[in-house]
Amino acid sequence: MKEYRYDFPMFNNNIIYLDNGATTFKPNSVIDAVNDYYKNYSANAHRGDYTISYKVDVNYENARKKVADFINAEFEEVVFTSGTTESLNMIVNGFFKKLLEPGDEVLITKSEHASNVLPWFKLAKETNIKISYIELDENLHVTIENLINSVNERTKVISIAGITNVVGDERPIDEICKFAHANNIFVVIDGAQLVPHKKVDVKKSDIDFLAFSGHKMCGPTGIGVLYGKKEFLDKLEPINMGGGMNESFDSENEVYLKELPNRLEAGTPNIAGAIGLGAAVDYLSKIGMNNIFNYEKKLKSYLVDKLIKLSYIDIINLESDSGIVSFNIDGIFSQDVAFYLNKYNICVRAGNHCAKILKKETGIKNSIRVSLYFYNTYEEIDKLVELLSDKEKIMKEMI
Amino acid sequence: MDNEFKREIILENFQHPFNKDGNDELNYEKVNSNNESCIDNIDIYVNIKNNTIEDIRFNGEACAISTASTSIMLKNIINKSVKDSIKYIENFMNMVNELEYDENLLNEAVAFTEIYKQQNRKTCVTLPYIGILKILKKYDKQ
Repeated sequence: MKEYRYDFPMFNNNIIYLDNGATTFKPNSVIDAVNDYYKNYSANAHRGDYTISYKVDVNYENARKKVADFINAEFEEVVFTSGTTESLNMIVNGFFKKLLEPGDEVLITKSEHASNVLPWFKLAKETNIKISYIELDENLHVTIENLINSVNERTKVISIAGITNVVGDERPIDEICKFAHANNIFVVIDGAQLVPHKKVDVKKSDIDFLAFSGHKMCGPTGIGVLYGKKEFLDKLEPINMGGGMNESFDSENEVYLKELPNRLEAGTPNIAGAIGLGAAVDYLSKIGMNNIFNYEKKLKSYLVDKLIKLSYIDIINLESDSGIVSFNIDGIFSQDVAFYLNKYNICVRAGNHCAKILKKETGIKNSIRVSLYFYNTYEEIDKLVELLSDKEKIMKEMI
Repeated sequence: MDNEFKREIILENFQHPFNKDGNDELNYEKVNSNNESCIDNIDIYVNIKNNTIEDIRFNGEACAISTASTSIMLKNIINKSVKDSIKYIENFMNMVNELEYDENLLNEAVAFTEIYKQQNRKTCVTLPYIGILKILKKYDKQ
């Protein structure tokens, strides 16, 4: 995988970047696609009266086609948003707000990211639905048994991350969807940490809604995706009304909206972002999602095998499958470790990683998180471990 | 003062912080300080009588710099008048902000005289000061 590093200008800065759960570096092909739009055909979409605007339409919708193929969705089932957060908020407020009745239950877990907790909390306050939690097992994973035990006749939605951002556990989505649909329950998947790292097939898994972000998968910031089965997206009420999404309207308030997906994309879209995301999808597909996932797993095992030998390091998520390793060093505050590593140009994340209700479950408030991507190397892991192998040095240099 | 000695002061105050046993049962006035950009989160408990800080304690989770800074601040203002405490705090903030300051007032806080060189740790070192100032200013007006 090392050869791909040459595609990323950020590596010219001699940085060891291990915070890919937060965002990822961009390859030249993505940067070039964005620049090409701004330099050579910078016009608005949906105004195809002149050549460069027509080109925008073609490339913008072509990017949608690429994303749809990437997750095996239909073209009109892919709506461009600003990111996972906006996608989840649209799902909650545009679809479920209307559908759920007081007393209905939504199942989430305590290891969800804020973006998959707070929109539901807000809805619960507004409509008196109930938020319940699937109990996590001793490894903080979701099991089908625990899921079945958490469901009752009022359960209407299961909304969970495909891979969580602190524990890094992968949820058994296919089984969850199968069980949920047999019981008339909707499944919403927060794919922010899943889609960039593993092949997702929305049809095969039978996912109802999927949300993910471009910038966590080598794409630009400010672009993301809302996938929904067509029959559900058709019923999703737009939160934003405006240009580009209406067919016609008159002064008597007769408004006719366009068909999917434009109906849910009011205003000038993030054209550069969408085109950049299309390029990112091409890039990842060229490498192969299975290659990416398998390599990250190997790299993670390599890191864990080394860290486990250091007696003062406590790994929170030994059993997880993804490229996320969360740990603490005995007697040292996580942020001090991050500061120390930063002195050696190593970027890791410290904190609670936006999963603030997880701390009650684990008793661990904060941790250091290493999140890997396909462009990370064994040599980078060696350097990280070397710096963590000397506790005295950490204590000395962290301040 | 050499950097090695400064580092020792910080480490000593991080590993054995002064009065890090604050709790709600004290029935003291309480102020929370947390950094939005990071995860430091401390509560300071203070008992002010006759415009004097009779007791001051803290608790919470914070990095080495924040913890040490709080510990040192507490040592420097306990048993001091509100006025003198504010004077100490303003002098300390001047030091952090690269303005003129009196080193003689700092005591162990001299450990932080170079902190301005690390911009990202400025918020750590000033965390407890911002919290306690809110309370002290209230008393100063009385």
